[in-house]
Amino acid sequence: MKYEAIVIGASTGGMNALKVVLSALPKKFSVPVLVVQHLSPRSDSYLVEYLSKACKVMVKEADEKEKALPGYVYIAPPNYHLLVEKDRCLALSTEERVNYARPSVDVLFESAADAYGRSLIGIILTGANYDGSKGLRRIKQCGGLAIVQDPCSAEADAMPKAAIQAVNVDYVITLDKIAPLLNKLTEEIGE
Amino acid sequence: MRHIEALQNEDIEIQLLIEAIFLKYGYDFRGYSRAHMKRRIMRRLTISGIDSISEMQRLVIYDREFFEKLLGDFSINVTEMFRDPSFYKAFRKEVVPVLQTYPFIKVWHAGCSTGEEVYSMAILLKEEGLYERSQIYATDFNEEVLQKAKEGIYPIEAIKEYTYNYQHAGGKAAFADYYVAKYDSAILEPSLKKKVIFADHNLVTDGVFGEMNVVICRNVLIYFDKELQNKVVGLFHESLCNGGFLCLGSKESLRFNKYVDNFDPVIENEKVYRKKFGC
Ligand SMILES: C[S@@+](CC[C@H](N)C(=O)[O-])C[C@H]1O[C@@H](n2cnc3c(N)ncnc32)[C@H](O)[C@@H]1O
Repeated sequence: MKYEAIVIGASTGGMNALKVVLSALPKKFSVPVLVVQHLSPRSDSYLVEYLSKACKVMVKEADEKEKALPGYVYIAPPNYHLLVEKDRCLALSTEERVNYARPSVDVLFESAADAYGRSLIGIILTGANYDGSKGLRRIKQCGGLAIVQDPCSAEADAMPKAAIQAVNVDYVITLDKIAPLLNKLTEEIGE
Repeated sequence: MRHIEALQNEDIEIQLLIEAIFLKYGYDFRGYSRAHMKRRIMRRLTISGIDSISEMQRLVIYDREFFEKLLGDFSINVTEMFRDPSFYKAFRKEVVPVLQTYPFIKVWHAGCSTGEEVYSMAILLKEEGLYERSQIYATDFNEEVLQKAKEGIYPIEAIKEYTYNYQHAGGKAAFADYYVAKYDSAILEPSLKKKVIFADHNLVTDGVFGEMNVVICRNVLIYFDKELQNKVVGLFHESLCNGGFLCLGSKESLRFNKYVDNFDPVIENEKVYRKKFGC
């Protein structure tokens, strides 16, 4: 199975969780990673800087119309939804909040499922709400892979729990196991 | 597993729906971001309990009221006064000094939504002593929002945020000077409308607005695909005089645009560009 992209959704506790996962990816990671982390609408570029420092892969804020490339992590800007087009270019939107959130995990996941179909991996990390469950279900329906952080290892367990309840997920694993799994899943490319 | 075929069918239905809207009503959404259009269509599908997009297509053709609803769904009207305060601050610092050298100033707000951005600019120009020699054109293709823009009456709950924005935008007075509160509304100062002309204008299908010194089009282009962005920036280029300013939203840029070389970036962070002379 050849995976072409990874989408990650996180909320409360996400800063740390994202750092654990993303910092363990190699510099030349073979697929793009798209991230929605719930933030206050007025927050600055702190998250991008924080993750950049910790990671070997390139971390940047998502720009509209740019193509999602391997070796990059794209973070949704505060107060904008992040979407993926069929041509794998990124899109932004200021439409109303979804699940009280903008950016919303569901919005990213649903559009990415349409764009990447079965070659997509969706991951739900720590969070104190239900955003992302619908999107993860869509990813599964389109033939993609669903991974959820083990709620027991999450700073806030509502979001992972909701995802597990809504979706027949492929992996429920602790935070430290996620990056090794991703490395393994994406290495299989070309074999 | 949701079959690839089902997804492909959905895409065909969406394309046909957009085509039907164009044929029947002349509104052209063919060049809008497909991911965005799909979200909006699916949202209406869920709200109205319609079975399929094909069913929606039939409704659109036979039921004008339903079409109007969908039209509302397609235009995202989220806006604020002094949205992105740093933009207005930078505008004061970098653009105003140039405008001060002009005897007459023409400003076009394209995609002005309910008008908050327009009145913000009117306040800024007033405070910089430029308002009396300015003419502001404010356009949108959605008549409902244009009507609200003309009224200039906003919910009082929003004032707190607007005041915050105004202060961070380099405001020189007290924001309370610009409105009177009445019941749950804030009615903007009438003089802010004096130099503003609101008009219906569709960026996809309508023409040039000539000899502009400033074109402000913020958070509209993000809903267009690359080709349509090229076309609309071309329209702005034609509408601007040499040395005229183009101001985009803080997450928009000319980076992927055909006309990128026809503009100089003036304030990179705030996406303010200037049309090059002579081209
Ligand atoms: C998100 S609002 C932006 C409002 C304001 N410029 C701001 O940044 O706060 C986008 C506006 O663009 C308008 N719009 C979308 N497509 C348009 C078109 N083809 N022609 C004119 N206006 C359009 C919508 O009706 C909506 O009011």
